[in-house]
Amino acid sequence: MTLVAAREALAVNRAADAPPGSAARTGRSAAPPVAMGQTAPLLQIAGVSLEYRTPERVVRATHRIDLDIYAADRFVLLGPSGCGKSTLLKAVAGFHEPVEGEIRLDGGVVRGPGPDRIVVFQEFDQLPPWKTVLQNVAFPLRAAGLAGRREAEARARHFIDKVGLSRFADSYPHQLSGGMKQRVAIARALATQPKVLLMDEPFAALDALTRRKMQEELLSLWEEVRFTLLFVTHSIEEALVVGSRVALLSPHPGRVRGEVNCHDFTLGDIGSRAFQAAVQRLHGRLFEASPEPETPSAPR
Amino acid sequence: MNQHVLPPIRPEYDRALAPYVEAPVARALPFATRLWQQGWLRKGLILAALALGWEAAAAWQYNDLLLPGFRATLSALAEGLISGELLERMRISLQVLAQGYLIGVLLAFGLTTLAVSTQTGRDLLSTLTAMFNPLPAIALLPLALLWFGLGAASLIFVLVHSVLWPVALNTYAGFQGVPETLRMAGRNYGLRGLPYVWQILIPAALPAILSGLKIGWAFAWRTLIAAELVFGAASGKGGLGWYIFQNRNELYTDRVFAGLLLVIAIGLVVENLIFATLERLTVRRWGMVR
Repeated sequence: MTLVAAREALAVNRAADAPPGSAARTGRSAAPPVAMGQTAPLLQIAGVSLEYRTPERVVRATHRIDLDIYAADRFVLLGPSGCGKSTLLKAVAGFHEPVEGEIRLDGGVVRGPGPDRIVVFQEFDQLPPWKTVLQNVAFPLRAAGLAGRREAEARARHFIDKVGLSRFADSYPHQLSGGMKQRVAIARALATQPKVLLMDEPFAALDALTRRKMQEELLSLWEEVRFTLLFVTHSIEEALVVGSRVALLSPHPGRVRGEVNCHDFTLGDIGSRAFQAAVQRLHGRLFEASPEPETPSAPR
Repeated sequence: MNQHVLPPIRPEYDRALAPYVEAPVARALPFATRLWQQGWLRKGLILAALALGWEAAAAWQYNDLLLPGFRATLSALAEGLISGELLERMRISLQVLAQGYLIGVLLAFGLTTLAVSTQTGRDLLSTLTAMFNPLPAIALLPLALLWFGLGAASLIFVLVHSVLWPVALNTYAGFQGVPETLRMAGRNYGLRGLPYVWQILIPAALPAILSGLKIGWAFAWRTLIAAELVFGAASGKGGLGWYIFQNRNELYTDRVFAGLLLVIAIGLVVENLIFATLERLTVRRWGMVR
């Protein structure tokens, strides 16, 4: 709660379903994020439509998505399967080219994958099995030429320590549990110090207890490092706990239904009435039979 | 009716457990079991049984010209090794083999790198392997002799042919089997082109590459001995195959067997020492194969 004290004033907007772009957004930029104090968004997704091709047809995954992500945001893309949230995240990572619109990071248009946007995937095989934990965390630093051998190792050790895996620095990934592998992936992402940290349902393959613990650790890491996070999930609870702001996506094709502030929820609030009410509200908005006329925010 | 049956409600209990002292928690396996787990011992026993059967068959046949016994073969082998003749033959064979194998492997890597990066390369690889992989290397030997003459060059040509296709095929299959997430992770680090192949694709495909190298090695060794049997030596210097062929002509059957035994022994050494060590240090250590 305390860590977002600067934004406490915004809590009002959370309850009211404020349409994105108006009150919520201006109010937000008025309360400066702790790290930078800048007013321009760090990551802009402007009118982005994404399509993918199957042997028979071209499928539109997302349609004209507009989203702004500010420095130190914990921005969550929430939606049912088929809403293109993972595809959108991969487009930000540079793996998909938008068919219209553009993605701007720090003013520059995103073209192709790069180490300024490190992804934590859901799958455990994202870690090269032939490298130890230490080598794995140092690998992107060396591969991208961001640091010399010694500095890369020092930085890797620092972040391995942060995720509590110092004892396993010389283990190979196959010797670790699923949760530990995800911790390595997070340490690896943080060591690279990307402009945006992208997480694609990183805890979905973990058991419930480990997932809860990982969410806790992610939040305390955020408190310490204040990275900018773009997080994809289909769990409403996870979205509210992990995120500071949640974008709701509707499926087939993915469009933005709305954005919700949730920076004042922490893991301790899960049982609280306000939290349950927020979950219910989001659940209702995600699973309504047909979209109501006033809600869709994406221009047709 | 079933739905009316309710399970009895039983009292709960909670007991304090005394430390377990009745027997040690972990026990050592019996000595015989542990001994039997040693792979070399089991395989050694099989080899010993084969040698025994061989010796018995030779004693029953009682004709050294047709089937010399195990001991006779061993003494011929020892004789050949001590006189240095077999060692020299082995050296010649292995030298040619190493050259052909290396060239074949390098060409295979070039071809597969091309195949993973371009569509044309893919088509080229699949067409060429479909054409040439089933073609026995020995069938090319007459042509090779015509082009390169009697000598090492012809042998190297057929060796390259026998190594190139299986290695290329396996390496390419390995590259295709690299998980999509790992590929994306590599590209996420900003790797592309050759560094991407070298730092992501090759290590990730190493189990398949190693098995391709093993198959290539077996093909090459087989082809070399066969080729030497067919056209023998150039300028009086022949390898192991030539040694076998020559001694058969002179009816030194025990030396023929000694040569064959050496061929087998070299195969076993390369398989069990070189490749096994390579696997233990890489793919086994990384948990990519069991």
